[in-house]
Amino acid sequence: MTALETAQKRYPEVWRRRSARASVVGWLWAAAIACAAAWSVSALDIEWVFFADAHEQAIDLARRMWPPRWSYLPVIVKPLIETIHIATLGTLIGLVFSVPLAFLAARNTTLNGFTWAIGRALLVASRSVNTVIWGLVFVAIFGPGPVAGICAVAARSVGFLAKLVAEAIEEADRGRVEAIEATGAATSQVYLVGILPQVMPVLIGTTIYRWDINVRESSVLGFVGAGGIGLYLYASINQFAWQQVLVVLAAILVIVIASEAVSAYIRARIS
Amino acid sequence: MSTAAAYPTTWRPPALFGSRMRQRLALFGLAAYLAWSVSDLNVDVARMLAGFPRALDMLARMIPPDFTRWELLTTGMVESVQMALAATLAGLVLSIPLGIAAARNLAPRPVYLAARGFIVLGRTLHEVIIAIFFVKLFGFGPAAGLLTLAFASGIFLGKMLAEDIENVRSGPVEAVRATGAGFGQTVVYSIVPQVLARTVGVVIYRLDANVRHSTVIGIVGAGGIGQTLSASFSRYDYDFALAILLSIIALVALGEWFSDWVRRKLR
Repeated sequence: MTALETAQKRYPEVWRRRSARASVVGWLWAAAIACAAAWSVSALDIEWVFFADAHEQAIDLARRMWPPRWSYLPVIVKPLIETIHIATLGTLIGLVFSVPLAFLAARNTTLNGFTWAIGRALLVASRSVNTVIWGLVFVAIFGPGPVAGICAVAARSVGFLAKLVAEAIEEADRGRVEAIEATGAATSQVYLVGILPQVMPVLIGTTIYRWDINVRESSVLGFVGAGGIGLYLYASINQFAWQQVLVVLAAILVIVIASEAVSAYIRARIS
Repeated sequence: MSTAAAYPTTWRPPALFGSRMRQRLALFGLAAYLAWSVSDLNVDVARMLAGFPRALDMLARMIPPDFTRWELLTTGMVESVQMALAATLAGLVLSIPLGIAAARNLAPRPVYLAARGFIVLGRTLHEVIIAIFFVKLFGFGPAAGLLTLAFASGIFLGKMLAEDIENVRSGPVEAVRATGAGFGQTVVYSIVPQVLARTVGVVIYRLDANVRHSTVIGIVGAGGIGQTLSASFSRYDYDFALAILLSIIALVALGEWFSDWVRRKLR
């Protein structure tokens, strides 16, 4: 091989970003993903005939929704406030329970391996079950109403808050903990004075963030009978009162965007 | 003058909200809010207390979980996973144009504003509400669930992608542009390599989130394990419901572990 050929091989005329091998691997990945997608869609028994008239259905729906029946608005003011109450009280209860759970699930503050496993299992169980499914469970226990909704929001929020706080506890500064220990403080005092203030910013920030997610979640809790605006949305849909549905949707849009803005503003202020 | 005043013998922890006055105000506000909200909700205490024996009764009927109808259970779970998988990929396809349109440094101003507005509106409504509309348009079944999750994933991934694109280093972009590359070439050769790794991580996260969401949209008839769960609750079939709940927890935990593992590998 001459020096010229070597140089041509190393510096080809046309630039390619990937070597032949890398591009084959890339195409194989793409093919695998396409196969997975094809398998998923084909195995779901989808009635493709419904797709044929979907656009007509959409136009029909839009026509039935317009104009919005604004006279329905006074009726839903109270449920809207109830929705926010459910989110707020649920978040607060979740906050109260999440602190001990976080200490239990953090490797450096838990008692032993067994309690750590219990803490982790509770975290996973709380986080895996969606708020609405928690709603189903609590409606079965407490009957329909906002109490079930509050419990559902709290049950889901506990895991969310505790997971992030537990991570913060594991990353807490050892020096401050040792300083408190050196004064002869009891374990509870070390946790309260040495660790809790360190994780406070995470705790408050996450709680406010979770609150605005919870406002969004509470808007549908009524579907399973757990109180709030969702009940009215569901009732309006079942009565085919589409003009009311539009009003309810607009109201939900307003409270969710407003709560998101409030939450973002507060989090920007405290950080 | 004594030194006792300067060095107090008891220690009080620093106030949470700056000053002690503000802390007291915050606590007072919290108490007032609690009083207002609890009275506003007119919580029926008698009904709540009546709930505890019912909870025990329900627990008794839940245990042991009934896995005898595992075929129904597996069908629902597989359907949920398929819905999640297909929806994530469809969402990824949707998110690419949306992400580019919503990136300030790539899209013209009107397109940027329109795309951002679309993202804000799309993120606001809960998946269950979106699912209702897709059920209305496409009938009961997994098609509605698939479209709902695809829509929600498209919006989420689009938002993340737009933020990543806005944070790319401008050097490589300018370098590629300077060679006379068109818009498409600029995106492919300067943006994609910078955002690819993070986007793959976000997509894997979303796959895991979609598995979780796919368990809930079944409540309005959009297919998946949620539909089975909702049916078992309305039939007071609590031992089967617990079996489904445990399976969901196992599936989600597995999905979360997988997504963590992949994202650690990517880093």
